Amino acid sequence: MCLAIPARIISLEGDRAVVDALGNRWRARTTLLPDAKVGDIVLVHAGFAICEVDPQEAAQTWELFGRMFQSEPATGDLGHQG
Amino acid sequence: MGPGRDHISLADIGQALRQIRSACCRIQRPIRIMEVCGTHTVAIYRHGIRQMLPKEVQLISGPGCPVCVTEDAYIDLALELASKTDVLIATYGDMVRVPGRGGSLERCQPAGKVQVVLSADDVLALARSNPDRIVVFLAVGFETTAPATAVILQEAIESDIQNLCILCGHKLVVPAMKALIDGRNTLIDGFLCPGHVSVIIGSNAFRQIVDVYQRPCVVAGFEPLQIMAGLAEICTMLAEGRAGLGSVYRAAVTPDGNIHAQQLMARYLQVVPARWRGLGLIPQSGLAIRAEFGRFDAVQRFGLAWPDHRESPGCRCGEVLSGLIWPDQCPLFGDPCTPQSPIGPCMVSSEGSCAALYKYGRHVR
Repeated sequence: MCLAIPARIISLEGDRAVVDALGNRWRARTTLLPDAKVGDIVLVHAGFAICEVDPQEAAQTWELFGRMFQSEPATGDLGHQG
Repeated sequence: MGPGRDHISLADIGQALRQIRSACCRIQRPIRIMEVCGTHTVAIYRHGIRQMLPKEVQLISGPGCPVCVTEDAYIDLALELASKTDVLIATYGDMVRVPGRGGSLERCQPAGKVQVVLSADDVLALARSNPDRIVVFLAVGFETTAPATAVILQEAIESDIQNLCILCGHKLVVPAMKALIDGRNTLIDGFLCPGHVSVIIGSNAFRQIVDVYQRPCVVAGFEPLQIMAGLAEICTMLAEGRAGLGSVYRAAVTPDGNIHAQQLMARYLQVVPARWRGLGLIPQSGLAIRAEFGRFDAVQRFGLAWPDHRESPGCRCGEVLSGLIWPDQCPLFGDPCTPQSPIGPCMVSSEGSCAALYKYGRHVR
């Protein structure tokens, strides 16, 4: 339940963002990160950005996810559901 | 403090292993390290970390799966709420399969009565699109999900959303760690601390475990190298005979955590005693809705009483959660309790110790 995905903020209106990770886009709230801005890479947990992350760190995680989902059948537990 | 790199490369995994082996040689006894995060439990199995470690290092899965630690009484209450005609239950996915006194939410409710949400934000949308029903959100989870519940409350208050209430079952990680050591029934040498809970509460939150209880605590992320580096740091501290506070997840975790999220939680939720499956009543270990917002509390709104405490007969999830037995030491493990037809919550959640062991193979424990 505590898996979070690094994602880039693509658009932001108030505290409602669209984020992108590996081409997957979904809606997330930035209520817990009042200083978040478009272009930031944030950790998204259950639909909420919880902290900013370093781009290099995010790239590593994306690479790992890419490999994991190639080697293991998708179970849909990408984590952002909580 | 801005996010920084943790500088863990592939070459470092060899270094971490050497560090762990050297610590084992110096300690000359089994080292028991508990991870208190279900996401760590799954990552440890998935990446075969146990197989890499020397046999002296035992990894124990603690009470880190939010669904698993949720007591039966909570499920019973959720079932009671679900049976009310005008109620729509909104819940994170795993909760629907946990068996309560009268079955699970999934089995005993007609379609359309229970709605799985991916985010707490979806709960607000549900309430807005179902004005003729009362949406009850099953708010479970640790400090990672609790801030989102506070946001829902804030928005419900500000926007005057009246058909929304919350069955608050949030729990706090550090008090459970203390209770485990206080219980003296588990020999834990050190803790691998949860990465994303720590994003919210900050690594300093584990300082009391280190200072008062003299157990090394190292915060780690969920990638194999981070987990190995975290274990290596704990083993090294143990070999040196010291308890320290470490972090191998500085890219996301700061010493003080997400202060804004902490403030939001404090504004709408208050710390209360809470009952954990298997661990019993632990002081200051749960979150409830503050009294002034009681109209959003499902228990108050529907005038319910918490059912008596009980646990499923034969199910030993409680002992599994405390690290007292391995999952496959439970007589129900594998037959009849399986992920397809779970008897206890540790087999329900994909992050439960039993489900993880069942999926990834008994030989790796």
